[in-house]
Amino acid sequence: MSLLELKGVGYQAGETTILEDVDLTINAGEWVTIAGPSGSGKSTLVRIIASLLSRTSGELNFAGKSIDTYDPIAYRRRVSYSFQQPTLFGETVRDNLSFPYQIRQRSFDEQRAVAALDYVGLAASDLDKAVIDLSGGQRQRVALLRNVMIYPEVLILDEVTAGLDAENKAFVWSMIRHFNGDDGITIIAITHDQSEIDVATRLVTLTDGRITGGTR
Amino acid sequence: MNLAVNNQSLILALGLVMIALAIGWHEKLGIDRDMIIGVVRAVIQLFVVGYLLKYVFRLDNVWLTAVLILIIIFNAGYNAKQRSNGIPRALPISVGAILISTAVTLGVLMLAGAIKFIPSQMIPISGMIASNSMVAIGLCYRNLNAEFKQERQAVLEKLALGADLKDASRDIVRASIKTGMQPTIDSAKTVGIVSLPGMMSGLIFAGVDPVRAIKYQIMVTFMLMSATSIGSVLACYWAYREFYNERKQLVGPSN
Repeated sequence: MSLLELKGVGYQAGETTILEDVDLTINAGEWVTIAGPSGSGKSTLVRIIASLLSRTSGELNFAGKSIDTYDPIAYRRRVSYSFQQPTLFGETVRDNLSFPYQIRQRSFDEQRAVAALDYVGLAASDLDKAVIDLSGGQRQRVALLRNVMIYPEVLILDEVTAGLDAENKAFVWSMIRHFNGDDGITIIAITHDQSEIDVATRLVTLTDGRITGGTR
Repeated sequence: MNLAVNNQSLILALGLVMIALAIGWHEKLGIDRDMIIGVVRAVIQLFVVGYLLKYVFRLDNVWLTAVLILIIIFNAGYNAKQRSNGIPRALPISVGAILISTAVTLGVLMLAGAIKFIPSQMIPISGMIASNSMVAIGLCYRNLNAEFKQERQAVLEKLALGADLKDASRDIVRASIKTGMQPTIDSAKTVGIVSLPGMMSGLIFAGVDPVRAIKYQIMVTFMLMSATSIGSVLACYWAYREFYNERKQLVGPSN
């Protein structure tokens, strides 16, 4: 059974059609790359999938049930969305990595946080580092860790490597490959980067709000 | 009583307004019309209220007093709503928050024996409480709108991580409550040093012993702290949900 199923999904903002008749099926564990020119509706599509926006037409099913039947908060804990230029919360890295625990009223797993930081090339002492002292690449790594401190089933990435240098970009993609390959998290990634599009295992292309290429 | 305000002295005091008008005219501020309307309205409103209060105080009827207090609360709520800049359900939220903050504060003062349920005490005190609560709630609304606009990205990210509405809005709600209460806290810090507040000044002006006047002022300071804190907390916690839709998505502020 498919994990996510979109049937004729559309989004209308006033008189403007942003998305039209989008059909897309995504299976558990897949890595789907979404490409397309600016303004083609990519971010709107993934925000609808992340339940940050509601479609104005069509059907969207998650694990066989309409998204409307899920509590949006519980759903977003299963389908996590990572932004292009993330805002880090509070003062320190700890404030950010503990946030997913806080909102679930669970105690912070510091050991897991330290292991995760080590994995992304940061030291245990960086847990108490001020977020304003992090470089752009480090901010993006911390933001991504925040999304996966408690594993979601789906991780949506909205151009998370845009603006990063080649080294940081490679590092972030190796993190994402690990989440997908080793942890089985389904990945939906928007990208503009041709080198990422070239290696995509499954590519979906959007133009003017419609799927115009790739595999549905 | 050493008050000596009669109609003649009031007319002479009108000269003070002339000074303000002259400054406005000379500096081409374009506020002459507003100033004249303001003065005329103030005189008419105060005379009407003065005669109305005289009648109500003489009648000393519990129900009439209660109705007047409710009218004060509704007007305060309506004015607070005007500052909401389109927050949905701002009227019931404002009226509810002012009603509860006024009722709790009046209730405590009555239980403490500081005031009695008589119109000459209840009506002016209710007016002071409701008006302070109104100003605090107006500031809360302004801050909620500004913060939800400024912190939109952070709120979206918290929602995307699965935060509930309270967790996603917590920092904004806290900052807004603080903004609502700040003027009352500041004025409590400077009372007697920078300003002699209206009630205390009025009592001293009317010949009451300053030591007795400060006791009233202390009571007023306490009651305004209570009213603005209750009003701000209730209004912020009720209003922040209006920035989201039923699918718990961020939709506000409206502009």
